[in-house]
This record gives sequence, C-alpha cells and structure tokens, in this order.
Amino acid sequence: MIAKLRRSMLFVPGNNPALVKDPHIYGPDSLIFDLEDSVAPTEKDAARLLVFCALKAIDYGRVEKVVRVNGMDTTWIGDDVAAMVAAGVDVIRLPKTERAEDIRALVGLIEAAEKASGRSAGEVRIMAALESPLAVLNAYEIAVASPRLVGIALSAEDFVTSMKTTRSPEGVELFEARGRIVMAARAAGIMAIDTVFTDLSDDEGLLREARLIKQMGFDGKSVINPSQIPLVHGVFAPTPEEIRKSRRIVAAAAEAEARGLGVMALDGKMIDKPIVERAARVLDLARASGMKIEEVEA
Amino acid sequence: MSRTTLGRDIPESAGDLGRLAPFMGAWARAEGVSAPRKLLSAGRPSKVLENVDEAVRRSGLESGMTVSFHHHFREGDYVVNLVMDAIARAGIRDLTLAPSSLSSIHAPLVEHCRSGVIRRICSSGLRGKLADGISHGLLDEPVLIHSHGGRARAFREGTLRPDVAFLGAPSCDPYGNARGWAGKSACGSLGYARVDARYARTVVVLTDGLEDYPALPASIGQELVDWVVPIDAVGDPKGIGVGATRISRDPRELLIARNTLAAIDAAGVLHDGFSFQTGTGGASLAVIRYLRELMIARGIKASFCLGGVTSQVAHMLEEGLVGAVLDVQSFDADTARSLASNRRHIEIDANTYADPGCPGAAVNLLDVVVLSALEVDTDFNVNVITGSDGVIRGASGGHSDTAAGSALSIVVAPLVRARTASVVDRVETIVTPGESVDILVTDRGTAVNPRRKDLKAALAAAGVELRDIQELRELARSITGDPDPVQYGDRVVGLVEYRDGTIIDAIREVR
Repeated sequence: MIAKLRRSMLFVPGNNPALVKDPHIYGPDSLIFDLEDSVAPTEKDAARLLVFCALKAIDYGRVEKVVRVNGMDTTWIGDDVAAMVAAGVDVIRLPKTERAEDIRALVGLIEAAEKASGRSAGEVRIMAALESPLAVLNAYEIAVASPRLVGIALSAEDFVTSMKTTRSPEGVELFEARGRIVMAARAAGIMAIDTVFTDLSDDEGLLREARLIKQMGFDGKSVINPSQIPLVHGVFAPTPEEIRKSRRIVAAAAEAEARGLGVMALDGKMIDKPIVERAARVLDLARASGMKIEEVEA
Repeated sequence: MSRTTLGRDIPESAGDLGRLAPFMGAWARAEGVSAPRKLLSAGRPSKVLENVDEAVRRSGLESGMTVSFHHHFREGDYVVNLVMDAIARAGIRDLTLAPSSLSSIHAPLVEHCRSGVIRRICSSGLRGKLADGISHGLLDEPVLIHSHGGRARAFREGTLRPDVAFLGAPSCDPYGNARGWAGKSACGSLGYARVDARYARTVVVLTDGLEDYPALPASIGQELVDWVVPIDAVGDPKGIGVGATRISRDPRELLIARNTLAAIDAAGVLHDGFSFQTGTGGASLAVIRYLRELMIARGIKASFCLGGVTSQVAHMLEEGLVGAVLDVQSFDADTARSLASNRRHIEIDANTYADPGCPGAAVNLLDVVVLSALEVDTDFNVNVITGSDGVIRGASGGHSDTAAGSALSIVVAPLVRARTASVVDRVETIVTPGESVDILVTDRGTAVNPRRKDLKAALAAAGVELRDIQELRELARSITGDPDPVQYGDRVVGLVEYRDGTIIDAIREVR
C-alpha cells in the first residue's frame, strides 16, 4: 500500500493571508507553504509568523503540510525550522540542497526543534530540492543522507540557468537531471517530485509534461496554481482498463496466497510479485483519485 | 342631419354608435387623435429633434412625472446622465426616476437628488456613490427595488407607468425603428427597453447610429416612438461587461463552478433538451465552461438558454449545443453580433422573460438556474442588494424571478469573502426567499435546502459531498468570527419589492 500520495504539491506564498487560509480546498496531496523565494528579505519574519499561526490554527484536513524554508546558507534557516517544527509541520522542504552535509545539518536543527517543542524524535520529515548540476550529480548521496527523507525534488529554474540553457517545451535540457533524480529516489526507496510548470495559460503544455514525468517514474509534480491540480491528478489517475486489469491481478494473487502458491498465472501469463505490487499501486492511485473501484466492472 | 366639409349629409346619431362626428378634413383632428405626438399635422412627419434639451421640451415632461431609462449599457451608459442634466436645465423637479437599473456611472445623479430634480427612484439596482448616498439618507422617499420581472409586471398592471421613456439605441431610423444589435455602440438585446417603449406615454429614442428608413426588423418599432434624437454617443460598449461578465481564472470560482456542475449533474437535470440560465458573477459564469465540456462529452444538447447572455452561450448556440438563446440582455459585443446574425438567437422583452403575471414568462420553463449571492442565510434567503455593511451595492435583477421559475435553482458563493462571511445567520436584506432556493454551492461544500429531500437523496447517491447549511455557517464563523452588527437608523431608505408586487424587505439608513 502507498503510505502517502504526492501527485501534486501546491506552493502557497507564505506572506499572503488570503492564500494561506484555505488552499487545501483545491485538493492537492500536499501544501508547500513558501518562506523562501516568494517572500522578500524584509518580509521573512512576517511570513514565518503568518505560516506559524496558520499551521497552529487552521485545520487543513488530511492534506500534508510542507514548508519550504530558507536555504542552509541563510541567516533565517534556524528560526524557520524552529518555528515550523513547533507549529506542527509534517515535512521541511530544503531548497538548494547540494550535498549530504546540507541534509545532516538540517537534521541537527530539526532534532533540536523537536526536542524544544516536545514533538517525538524523527516525526518531522524532509524533502530535498535539487537545483544545481552539483546537486543532481549528488542526488543519491542526498537521498540516503537521512531516514527522514521522504523525497527529492527537481527545481528546474536555477538548474537550467546553471546549465547555461533555458527551458523548452520538450524539456530535453532536463532529461538527464530528471533521469538521475528519479533513479536516485528509487534506489533510496523515496519519492521523486518534478519541477513546476509556470505557464498558467498552457494547459496542454502542462499535460504533456505531466505525462512525460509520470512515464519516467516520478511520483508527482510541484504546482503553482490550484487550476493545475485536477490536470496533474488526471494524468496520474489510472484508466478504467488499468483498474480492471489490476483488480483481477490482485484478486488472483490473494487466491494464490490462500492456496499457498508462490507463482500464479492469469490469462495464461505468469504473474509475479512486481506485477502484483504494480497492480496494488494502481488501485491505490485510483482510490486516491476519487474513482470508485467497485464500479469498474471486473 | 349634419354636414361634412365635403357637403355630404349624415345622421347626427345612430343606435349604439351614439353621436356621430362628421368628417371635417383629412388633418382636422390629427392633433386630437395623437396629442403628444403632434406629427401628422406637420404633413410630412418628422420625429427627429435637434438635441436633448428640445426632446425634453417636446416630450411634455413636467415636474412630478415619472421618467424611465434602460440599463443595457450598464457601466457604459451615457444616456441617463445626459438626459437628467437636460431635465435639470429645463427646471423640471420632483421626478420619479424609474430606469430598469442604475450603476456606478450614474454617480452624477447624486446632485440631482440633492437639488430636488429627483424625488424618488425605482430601479432593479444601485451601485457606487449614488447607492452609498441613498443608504445614508440622500432621498426622503425610499428607493423601490424591483426585480426585472417585477418591473415588467408593474408596467403591465399600471402601478408604475413612465410618462416619458428616454431610450438609448445604437441604431435607429428617423421614424423610430430602434435596435440594439447594430451600430458602433451595439449593445445587443433591448429587452428591458421594449417594456418602457410599450408602456410609457411618450417615447424618445436617443441614438448615435441614425440609419436610413426602414431600419427593420426593429426591437422597438416606429409605432411606439414619438421622437428621435441623434447624439454623439449613447454608451461605451466596453462598459457593458464591467463587473458582471468577466471570464474567471480565479481558482476559487472555478472550484465553485465545478462543484456546481457536479450538483446539477447529480440532480438529474442534464438530459437532452434541458434548459438553463446562469447569472452574472465569476463562478456562475464559469459553470457554462464546464457545462459545455460535459455536454460535448455526453452528446447532450440544450433546448434553450435564457437570460442575460454572454459570448460563451452565443458560442454554444453557434456550435449547436444550444437550440435557441432567449436574450433579454446581452453582456458583450460577441453576443450582440450573434443576436444580429443568428436566427436562433432571439430577443425577448422583460414580460416574456420574467413577468410573474403574464401567461408566458420564460423563467417558468427553466430546468436549472445558477445565481450568485452576496449573502445567504441558514434559511437559504438570499441577499444580492446590500453589502455586509448594510449599504446598497447590487441589483435584484432576475434573481428572484428565475429562482422562483426554474425547476432547480442553485445559488453559488464563496464561504468567505475577504474578512466577511457569505453564509450568515440572517442576511442583511432578503431579495430572494429561501423557499425558492434549492441548493447552495460554496468552495467549502454544498448544502441542499431541507425542503428538497428528493434532491438531497439524489446528490448523496451521486457522491456529492453534502454539508448542512448550519455546518457551513459554523465553518464560516470559525474563520471570520462574529462581526459587530451594522448600525442602522430607523429611517427606511429602500423597499425591496418581490416580483409579485409585495414588499419582501425594507432597507434602513446606515448610520
């Protein structure tokens, strides 16, 4: 079973009360309250206080609460982590992660904050954003730097600039980085999250990119506008045909297990463990997408 | 016997006909037959006047009378201010101003209220400085707010009868054939103005698009028009869509629109041949976008779409998704073009649209209407006229007419706007009674009126996440808290007339 879906992670500017008050109504899998790039240096304290109060006061339902703090090389990181951990954040997203040491340093801050706020040790998880060629080359090392890591994410804007290129509709400039990140994530047993798609008027472009990263193996995508959520979820939603097939596989596996068989066959094809796992994942995704599995004919 | 001027002897009386009048010459009685028109006696008739001042003079308007206007130019209207200035110059006072609606552009009327030119106002809506002034006691007499259908009813019944209607038209010929879908200032339908033209004692058309006779077919025919006044501009077509018809990209409004469509679908309305109307406002307009997608996916067509019409609906007509558009008011230039060119895009007047007493009101045939709201209370009563500060800032429009007429009426609103709750214990002013509202859709959930147990069951069965309206109220309260109540004075500054002519609520002066 999938512990948690992260098909869509919605960025919410941490300095905007109107946006902070109820972004969960759009149904993203995760909310990323941003204290970093969307907040001007003079507004850092105000944003931190706003997000702190929001996390304390507002019931965001079952939606995961992530905060993008300022980078390890800033003077704000200590206060950011202390405040967010105390407010009850689920995941700290660290921008501009370059090496495993960055994660270890962040872990130190989180441990102290957990202790100070009385939260149980290890409760707060980490997501690392990789934004440079060096970070991408260190992807696996970063991914295994701490058991707190739930995923690594590509952040493309800085990356393409460092690569002395620009973003294209086809995304060829990101192909290597995406490939490395998703492979490192899989090797480490954590999630891979793709970068944002910034052209809000281009739904087709977003769909194209979402289909691409889904096919590459990514678990989801950061999004910057609620209108992108249903589109991304639509791409990740299994088709009725996939659901039908997966239901039969899972049922056959259960039956084989009951009869003490290790390997089974369905329609003359051998069904082994990875196929059963994939089928179970499809059904999880279908449920999470609000599809009624029982209504899809077996 | 009496003798005609042609020397024939005729009897002085004849049975039931009573006294007979002998013929006295072809033009002898022309003035008597058509006293305010005084046209035929001039020989070759001309209705065209030099300017607005002359029109005011020739219209026979006197102090204490009632003047009417239409609001098809909405925020782009030039006619009301232009004519009221001329009326003021003529020294006429104590008027009842009875336009189909007023908007922010009519702020200059504040001066005419102060100086006594305007004594009383009857309108569907008021916005901006004028509305603000009235809420603070600008006029001695309360404003009468009526619905579009209610105004048409009042005209038909004669409880409100304009002495002179001054009607802007973007296209008109010298003999008074006026229409809205042609000319540089095209506004589309003149549906509300047609009622004024039919019932006013004297009709003056102001136009910036004088055309050769005959400009037919016409929205307002020559048989109803007394005078025609060419002016520089009747309105700015760009102002028509302001505030009401923007195409939303606001994710909150889109979310409400998707929830609304889910409710409509679950209610079982979307069968082939259904009919619909959506009101103004971002979320209700956005419903059309999703409705269209669903209709295409399912292969469903609507028989007709009613109401204030936007280009999205005109586009659906073009695509064949809608069989006909019944248009009482057009909200943009594309709609005006569609009205001009598509025979299935049909202009209707306000009686045909929504008059509750006429035998053919189209609202009664609606399957579903989606309406915006400023406030909804836990009894589903709707306020679209006063803000949470008690100040007038909206319009009754066709809200209560369509809510009452349509088989399914849905009201949409965000749960909270900025710092104020839209779902409240008691709306500031009732415009539409809760008994004619079936479903409330917000960004935080959908509530069904307890009167509609059938709908509640249908929506629940379809998997729509339902909330009790009381629960929505508490959720809103948990976000906004309870504001201090508005401080009202005792004086009544507005009366909200329900479509049937009864008074549903009174608006009091804001201190």
